Amino acid sequence: MQPQESRSNIRIVHNVGYDLRLALPLAGFFAVFFITPLILLIFVSLHADPELKHFGFDQFHRFLGDSYSLKVLGQTLVIGAEVTALCLLLGYPLAWLFVRSPGWLRGALMLVILLPVLTSVVVRTFAWIVILGRLGIVNSTLMTLGLIDAPLRLLYSEGGLVLALAQVHMPLMVLPLITALSRVDPNLADASAALGAGAWRTFLRITVPLTLAGIIAGCLLTYCMSLTAFITQTLIGGGQMLLMPGYIYQQAAAFQDWPFAAAISVIFLVAVLAAVTVFNLLGRLAHE
Amino acid sequence: MRRRADFGTASLHLTLGLLALACLALLILPTVIVIMVSFTSGFSLRFPPPGYSVRWYVGLLDAWQLQFAALNSLKVAAWTTFLSVVLGVAAALGIARSRRLGAGVLDSLFMSPLILPGLSFGLGALIFFSLLGWPVSPLTLVIGHTIVCVPFVVRTTVATLMQLDPALLESSASLGASRWYTFRQVTLPLIGSGILAGGFLAFMSSFDNIPVSLFLRSAGTDMLPIRMWQDLESLLDVQIAAVSGVMIVATLVLMIIMERVAGLSRRLR
Repeated sequence: MQPQESRSNIRIVHNVGYDLRLALPLAGFFAVFFITPLILLIFVSLHADPELKHFGFDQFHRFLGDSYSLKVLGQTLVIGAEVTALCLLLGYPLAWLFVRSPGWLRGALMLVILLPVLTSVVVRTFAWIVILGRLGIVNSTLMTLGLIDAPLRLLYSEGGLVLALAQVHMPLMVLPLITALSRVDPNLADASAALGAGAWRTFLRITVPLTLAGIIAGCLLTYCMSLTAFITQTLIGGGQMLLMPGYIYQQAAAFQDWPFAAAISVIFLVAVLAAVTVFNLLGRLAHE
Repeated sequence: MRRRADFGTASLHLTLGLLALACLALLILPTVIVIMVSFTSGFSLRFPPPGYSVRWYVGLLDAWQLQFAALNSLKVAAWTTFLSVVLGVAAALGIARSRRLGAGVLDSLFMSPLILPGLSFGLGALIFFSLLGWPVSPLTLVIGHTIVCVPFVVRTTVATLMQLDPALLESSASLGASRWYTFRQVTLPLIGSGILAGGFLAFMSSFDNIPVSLFLRSAGTDMLPIRMWQDLESLLDVQIAAVSGVMIVATLVLMIIMERVAGLSRRLR
């Protein structure tokens, strides 16, 4: 009697779940309009000429043999890392403060954290043009104080770009950290303190390691998003700081060189996927 | 010993507190500065503004190009949200709570547009449509936007389905309700806020999309963020500050409504 009863239970639970076939329309939509275009992108990148007559790896040779292209790729990856580091340095303390705040303050803090997520990227980037521009807030303050005579060029500089990207993507770092920090058992910190560890030691040896999964999740999002942030990169970086998305757009739209633009896209996709894989591996290690 | 421990705690809290305040300033100041500059009486983006006026907001009433672009963006975002909710909710029902291998694979597939570069997808989609012989049109735009916006609906709907107590559905079924009746009367009201939050995020992200629109719009379909981006690249127009001001206020109002109605902040974590 016993086994049969449990089997009928299972049947009811199964009945309650929905059929996987409900996912078929979206799966079909993705197969046609997402996977096929990505495969076509690879196909086009494997041609030497825009008429798609000569098959070959010419475009990839062209990219990998060109020091300018490699510099663009390297600069993109390095700036992403700098943005992620800055977001972690400032975002972790904010998540820490959020978790320790009373309820009424949490609502206000959450509003401040979420507003940039939903505000248009152009609007957020526009703010940085006002701040970093020739007549912007930084230059006018420095000139009023008499520290400089002529406006500094802050727009179109690496420092300006990193700061702007960090602000645009900060919420993606802070939100997973809030989740991770609110799951840490406060008793552990008390136990550590009772055993004689100082506050810094407890923070660095107990709190931070316990939130490692959140740190990795936040870093993954921030890194990938700042690599692909075309609008902020072009507006704040300008022509002097060309990064991969701008390079793709330049080759595709301005020069109409689709095979080369496709090859850059494929290389960029591989770079982003490699970054995701590395972060996922780190995440798995952190869980063990 | 006691005093040393107190010093350690104080210095840790001071360091973290100051960094957190710096982070808050970094998050808030740009928005405040845009709002202030949008009320400038001058013709440049000088900060602080030489004087205050609403002239640039009044100017918006005559800026027909911007109005036209905003209307296009709203239409595309509305269709994208509709398509994303229909396809995304069905898919979420299928993959949530399913232990089949296929469900996990589909979940990763549906989430991948969030991480992959939109510009690469946009270029691929343009090549695809031109090989099919479909000219770029509002239709291709909506299709492209749906690919990059549907992940929001799938994610929030799956998350609410996972929190759903199966006992509720079981009791509805055991009381003789049909599956469709259970879905409408029990499941849908319980996951409604998740769908609403996902639909809202999809709408905002479609309205703001540039990388996909750049490749898939026709010359006649001007989109608001592209118009603003191009204006900023060429002439640093103060008019854009007023548009930004309107968009910030609209976003803030919608966000507060969504927080009340759908618990938005819980869905984003």
